[in-house]
Amino acid sequence: MTAYFLRRLRQSVVLLILVTIVAFGLMHLAPGGPEAVYALSPGMRAEDLQRIRASFGLDQPLPVQYVKWAAGMLTGDWGRSYRDSRPVRDVIFDRIPATLELTVTALAIAIVVGVSLGVLGALRQRSLPDYLATIGAMVALSVPTFWFGLMVIFVFAERLGWIPSGGRETLGADFSLADRLHHLIAPALVLGLVLVATWSRYTRASMIEVVNQDYIRTARAKGLGERRVIWGHAFRNAAGPLVTLAGLQIPFLFSGALVTESVFTWPGMGRLFVDSLGYRDYPVLMGVLVVTALLVIGSNLAADLLVAVVDPRIRFR
Amino acid sequence: MIRHHDDVMRLADQVRAGRLSRREFFARAVAAGFSLTMASSFLAPGRASAAPTRSLARQAEPKKGGQVIVGFSQEPTVFNPLKSTLEVDRGVQYSLFDSLWRIDDKGALIPNLATELPSVENGGIGKDGLSYTFKLRNDAKWHDGQPFTAKDVLFSHAAIMNPDFAAGNRIGHDKITDISAPDDHTVTMKLSEAYAPFLIVWMDTYLIPEHLLKDVKDLNTADFNSIAPVGTGPFKWVERAPGDHITVAANPDYHGEGPYLDKIIFKYVPDLTVFFTQFKTGEIDATGIQGITADNYAEAKTLQGKTIYNAPSPFVEFIYMNFGKPVFQDKAVREAMYAGMDKQNIIDKVYYGLPAPSETYLPEASWAFDPDLPAQKFDVEQAKQTLDAAGWKPGADGIREKDGVKLSFTTSTTAGNKVREQAQQYLQQTWKEAGIDMQINNMPAAVIWGDYYNKSQYDTVMIGLNAGLGADPDGTTRFGSNYIPAQGGGGQNTMQYKNPDLDKLLDAGAKELDQAKRKEIYFKVQQVLRDDLAYLPIFHYVTIEGTKEGLQEYKPSVFVVSNQWNTNVWSWA
Repeated sequence: MTAYFLRRLRQSVVLLILVTIVAFGLMHLAPGGPEAVYALSPGMRAEDLQRIRASFGLDQPLPVQYVKWAAGMLTGDWGRSYRDSRPVRDVIFDRIPATLELTVTALAIAIVVGVSLGVLGALRQRSLPDYLATIGAMVALSVPTFWFGLMVIFVFAERLGWIPSGGRETLGADFSLADRLHHLIAPALVLGLVLVATWSRYTRASMIEVVNQDYIRTARAKGLGERRVIWGHAFRNAAGPLVTLAGLQIPFLFSGALVTESVFTWPGMGRLFVDSLGYRDYPVLMGVLVVTALLVIGSNLAADLLVAVVDPRIRFR
Repeated sequence: MIRHHDDVMRLADQVRAGRLSRREFFARAVAAGFSLTMASSFLAPGRASAAPTRSLARQAEPKKGGQVIVGFSQEPTVFNPLKSTLEVDRGVQYSLFDSLWRIDDKGALIPNLATELPSVENGGIGKDGLSYTFKLRNDAKWHDGQPFTAKDVLFSHAAIMNPDFAAGNRIGHDKITDISAPDDHTVTMKLSEAYAPFLIVWMDTYLIPEHLLKDVKDLNTADFNSIAPVGTGPFKWVERAPGDHITVAANPDYHGEGPYLDKIIFKYVPDLTVFFTQFKTGEIDATGIQGITADNYAEAKTLQGKTIYNAPSPFVEFIYMNFGKPVFQDKAVREAMYAGMDKQNIIDKVYYGLPAPSETYLPEASWAFDPDLPAQKFDVEQAKQTLDAAGWKPGADGIREKDGVKLSFTTSTTAGNKVREQAQQYLQQTWKEAGIDMQINNMPAAVIWGDYYNKSQYDTVMIGLNAGLGADPDGTTRFGSNYIPAQGGGGQNTMQYKNPDLDKLLDAGAKELDQAKRKEIYFKVQQVLRDDLAYLPIFHYVTIEGTKEGLQEYKPSVFVVSNQWNTNVWSWA
């Protein structure tokens, strides 16, 4: 197991380096630059734009820029944002609380609702609830989030006035948990809905495979209660793929939800990435990318290891 | 100027009180040197209030307290006023910082950190226009309690000229050859040449504190820029929640009028639909940049409990043609393009009829605006005749050509700007009727306004900007032959337009200190540009903004880039 782990780790480091080189290259070779935002200001002249570029170090050859960036990363210096000149690490870490607040809530909703629907669907195959859950999942997966989010805002915020139309808290007021939850509920539900679909489909498929196995029949024949058969025997064995799914969604927890965050004015990581992209804020983009790449690679590795723990049929070599 | 204003306003008050007839009012106002439009603006309801220093229209002392949440659809991120001059950053900086004099919504300069406006009469400006003396207030303090002095003025100028500092721009400051402070409240300087926009340059130079920044190693990355700005302004920095909001609180020691509000929160709402919704639900009190979109104007006007402002903006929408491409050097082509532009339809159908058509680069409120330029007429037949006469014959595909060159080019603008995309389609259609082939080639903002625009790689761009120098009509760096970046010149003449006659006029305009004479010069400048069709002007932008009812002294102004310029006098009724 240790040897396997070390081999995977080595591969991961090489992969990470390659990812950064490709990303850095693509980003800088794409046309445009961070000075564009200033180009139309009154009194702006070509030499001013050149000076701004130079202050970012963009006048140097690309390989030099990469080596400088990579050397900085190794020593813990992630560089500074072009947009607000703060250290990239602060810029990114600042967004983590709001991001997790939204994504963890959404994922929790998705798992509870999705798994329940999935198990129900598997046990009552081709029943009305199963059809409804299946159709619901297809609709949820197909509805564009930005449209759905705007509809939720239109109906529940603008027309009914039940929820705020965005933001994380009431500005200018003191902290209140109730106020935070009030702001959180709509974006978390909108984001959770898409995930519910994924979770219920996975659970249903996995459960169907398991409930038709012989040992389930044996368990029932033994006279075990239905609840123990389902949750104690069937679900435990169906959980393998779900653990993998959870592992694959860890990066999402940190990278945030681009569209939901924009629609609901949520100051998370997804918005940071979009804003930085529009501005060509290369250091922040690279920072977000490295964090995301680390999480993807790390969580894949973790998921592979965990599956072996959960599922006794898998062994490492 | 200010005295005149107050007089006219007093007259306007009399009209409202029924003591003076409107006719009498106009006669007196015009005699005092105001245009009819300007005079009528004093009478317009809701527009009657006074310059920031005086409060004639106000009934009682403004009420103290309360907060205003200002929405922005872009995020303000740079709070060092010398580093960024972007509209959205200025929107916050105006509340935190001061300059020597501010500009009010009528275009008058009003002393702020200076005690008086320098002039030749008061000895502040030398007769040759080469020497200046600024007298500073002695009662202004930085937010940390330190006194504001001449050292801060010198330091701010030095920072702008520091080669290692990415200053927003250096215009005007690069003409200062010598600057010094004989005492703590006087600054004197010499210029390399007379420069008329010099006071406007200092109006837009917001000052930063020497005592906090002189020992900072790299001013580009100082915390001051992003999380700890310290100014002399009416509001003090409180906090920034990145991606969400910025809070500033009243500065009780402010040297000027106000502030009356306890705090202002600038809230970032990126989605324009949600932005308008938040205004409707009251989650934002005032719509800052980019205001209310034209398609929502009709609904906005019907909203209860909101005040909607439809005010001119300093921005003009243009088609810029790249004179580096031979096709556009033929004046017949430019004339045909202009005649083939269905301006009114674009304004009515795409912009809901709100903006006024434009023939020049200056906003209508500028003192140098020439109202008598010939009006464009949409006439496809005329366009065809012009091209026929110039030898551009239709080819087999209907596209005209001359000497083997096809009359075919691209028009680019910021991708995703739905309104402009529609306007482009109108142009494409009517130009096609005249045998002009235009292809739409839009790209993201960071691409088009990067090298593509700055190094003149485009055929034509659809662009909205204030081509003057902020509140000054000087257009030298936009239209002067020596200011073409693609040809090694500094400046921003990306059209690569060259006209020696215009160069002479621009040069004379920048050096002439007498405003009446300057006005004549800029009238000629505008006539030359209009006649030669250096660009194709489309319309004057309007800014549609709204506030919750009861927000006092919210005054859209064409002389600033963001309407949060006078937050010191804002208050709730």
